[in-house]
Amino acid sequence: MILYMAKRLILMIPVLLGITVISFSVMKMAPGDPTSLLTDLNPNMNEEAINRIRAHYGLDQPVYVQYAKWLRNMLMLDFGRSFAPDNRLVIDKILERIPITLLINLLSMVVILTVAIPIGVLSAVKKDSLFDRATTVFVFLGFAVPSFWLALLMMILFGVQLEWLPISGFRSLNYGQLTTPERIIDIARHLVLPVFISAFGGLAGLSRYMRSNMLEVIRQDYITTARAKGLDETTVIFKHAVRNALLPVITILGLSVPGLIGGSVIFETVFAIPGMGQLFYQSVMMRDYPTIMGVLVIGAVLTLFGNLLADVMYSLADPRIRVSS
Amino acid sequence: MMSSILVRALICCLLLLGVLSDSPAGNSEDNGGKNQAIVQPTDPLGPAYGDMIIRGSIGDASVLLPVLASDSASFEITGLVYNGLVKYDKDILLQGDLAARWEISDYNLKIRFFLRPGVCWHDGAPLTTKDVEYTYKIYVDPNTPTAYATDFMKVKEFRVLDSLTCEAIYEKPYAPALTSWSQGILPSHLLENQEITKSPLQRNPIGTGPYKFKEWKTGEKIVLDSNHEYFEGRPYIDRVMTRIIPDLATMFLELKAGRLDQMGLTPLQFMRQTDTRWFKQNFKKYRYLSFGYTYLGYNLKDWKFQSKKVRQALTIAIDRESIVKGVLLGLGTVAHTPYKPDTFWYNQNVKKFPYDPKRARQMLEEEGWKDINGDGILEKDGKPFEFTIITNQGNDIRKNAAIIMQKNLKAVGIKVNIRVIEWAAFLKNFINKRNFEACLLGWGIGIDPSQIDIWDSRKTGEKELNFISYQNPEVDSLLELGASTYDLEERKKYYDKFQEIIAEDQPYTFLFVQDSLPIISSRVYGIVPAPIGISYDFIKWYVPKSLQKYSVEP
Repeated sequence: MILYMAKRLILMIPVLLGITVISFSVMKMAPGDPTSLLTDLNPNMNEEAINRIRAHYGLDQPVYVQYAKWLRNMLMLDFGRSFAPDNRLVIDKILERIPITLLINLLSMVVILTVAIPIGVLSAVKKDSLFDRATTVFVFLGFAVPSFWLALLMMILFGVQLEWLPISGFRSLNYGQLTTPERIIDIARHLVLPVFISAFGGLAGLSRYMRSNMLEVIRQDYITTARAKGLDETTVIFKHAVRNALLPVITILGLSVPGLIGGSVIFETVFAIPGMGQLFYQSVMMRDYPTIMGVLVIGAVLTLFGNLLADVMYSLADPRIRVSS
Repeated sequence: MMSSILVRALICCLLLLGVLSDSPAGNSEDNGGKNQAIVQPTDPLGPAYGDMIIRGSIGDASVLLPVLASDSASFEITGLVYNGLVKYDKDILLQGDLAARWEISDYNLKIRFFLRPGVCWHDGAPLTTKDVEYTYKIYVDPNTPTAYATDFMKVKEFRVLDSLTCEAIYEKPYAPALTSWSQGILPSHLLENQEITKSPLQRNPIGTGPYKFKEWKTGEKIVLDSNHEYFEGRPYIDRVMTRIIPDLATMFLELKAGRLDQMGLTPLQFMRQTDTRWFKQNFKKYRYLSFGYTYLGYNLKDWKFQSKKVRQALTIAIDRESIVKGVLLGLGTVAHTPYKPDTFWYNQNVKKFPYDPKRARQMLEEEGWKDINGDGILEKDGKPFEFTIITNQGNDIRKNAAIIMQKNLKAVGIKVNIRVIEWAAFLKNFINKRNFEACLLGWGIGIDPSQIDIWDSRKTGEKELNFISYQNPEVDSLLELGASTYDLEERKKYYDKFQEIIAEDQPYTFLFVQDSLPIISSRVYGIVPAPIGISYDFIKWYVPKSLQKYSVEP
């Protein structure tokens, strides 16, 4: 097992390197560069001033030199400084946005799991029933409705008309003066709408997946055997079927690890939540190369670890695919 | 502009009311100096200290040092924290800010500044000419990534005479120089011998301005508190909070829910969504011309656009009034020259080209454009009159204006295609390479009238701004003369003539100047719209004691 893990970890290095090379070149191929914000169509800039700024960011060197420099710093875990006018350390910019992104994504994942799995199981058990059809419509509605539109409607209803919930942001303006329990309630109130909206859109995928897994499992011989033994239906479904149908969900969980720190631009923009989605989007629009690469590298590492995690979890959960030692 | 006059009249009425209610205490003159302090509390609508104003902004600031910033969100904040040596008053005339006065001598080559005595930085250190010298040096330092070096690089020598007097000496007379000194002066005692791009002041600015920095939560809010020791007097409003809400629809909902006091409206929000009684009670809307215009620029290297008469015909064929009505819902003005219509520099008497499709068709025919094959499109030398308007993505106003122009031009027999392109690619592959026929873009109108970079015949290099390749030696020399003349009246003559030539030549079809449409909570008093906008005397805005909404603890 340890040998297997070590092998997987070593194999990650070339993959990761490949990802950075591809990301770096694609990024450089896009027209425009970080100085555009300062220099484009700006009557105050002349050729000399533009070249000065380009040299300041090292953009006057060949691309492979820029990549080599970036890689050397990266090996020492130095993400560098942002090319945006704020010149901040990339790692600071990322770290200050991770907590809120992580919180929303974790909460919405919990909501998705607790709602989608029962829906999936029940609609498989009661296939083609009214419940099955109704939930199908419901989850696909969530999948199809544009999230920003739904968000605005909910804001008008709960924020402006009923005044039950705050409209945007993730904490109140007087957050600093609140006591700790008040703070928790404050953040919770702010997160109701964002978490609901982001979970609603994610229900369809997992519940459908769960439903088809379940249908597959129910047809298996061991379920027939269980029923033949005279077990009651509840035990058959929950003890024998669900546990087996849940196995492939591990893969999904593994794959969603990088998603935990990735945010959605549209959704963060509508709710005015300063998360990772906005950061990445703004960095791309500004051609802020160090920040783009920073976010991409973290994403790549998490994806690779997520996959490894899924594989390890599998072998723990399912004796059939346990690696022979 | 009607509504702004109305608003002004209303404010005058309110101020009058305020004066009247003062009178019981005010009429006894023998109260001497004491009455001011006594009058205030008895007047429920009089100026009072306190309260907070919450403004909405779609973008977060990037950096709070004016030398490094290039986005309007950052300048909204630094404008309240820092002062320049000079500033513009409500009528867009230069006046002293940190400099009490200045002298121009040596055949307009030398500007000597006399600083206001007794001004202190927010940390208590006194302001001296060392700070001005440092600011000048950091702008011209090759290691500073700033967009504003060019004006300062024209300074040949900078001299400190004493702690309150300094002078800048120029190579040749350069009238826009004075304006360049409106850039925020930086504290040398906190920045000297440091790399400016790594300074903590980027996120914790310390200036001399009416507001002191309090806190900045990235992507959430920026908070400023009033500077009680400000040299022009303590601002009435104690706290200014800028909330970052990237989506205009969300921002509008926050306004409706009473959690914002000020935002900029879209034309649609201004005309259709804020016309309710509730809004009229709780908010006041303002409307004034913004500093920028939108134009259709013709690539003059393209054979179709080389004739002046053809360009004039194109302008006549475009119904600009209906673009303003349809796209801006009437909240704007048709542009005729590259200056803002309500300012000193604008020339009222330039040739104008009102909408007249028949006349346009006639003019095109005189230039040899006729529909010979009867397909509805004009031809000349066997080639049809067809061209593509390119514009950048993400600006619906421009896109819609292009669609109206397409229809207008089709009516006179010109086929127009529209192409909307992502900004970076738009510049790199089309504008910079001169690879376009007509482009729909906008320019900000600087406060100084110098426009050499946009119109000079020599500014046609790859990244330079005369990308339509406009060539006119007379314009070159007029702009040159304008830039080296300090006397306002004389200077205006050059720019008047320049505008006449540009209007006659029509290298652009000047389309429109949009209105700025701020909305502000009606509890805020003392807002007086002027040609420069409304924010120029922000420190005099106030909320009467009885209407104050927030209590601000330091």
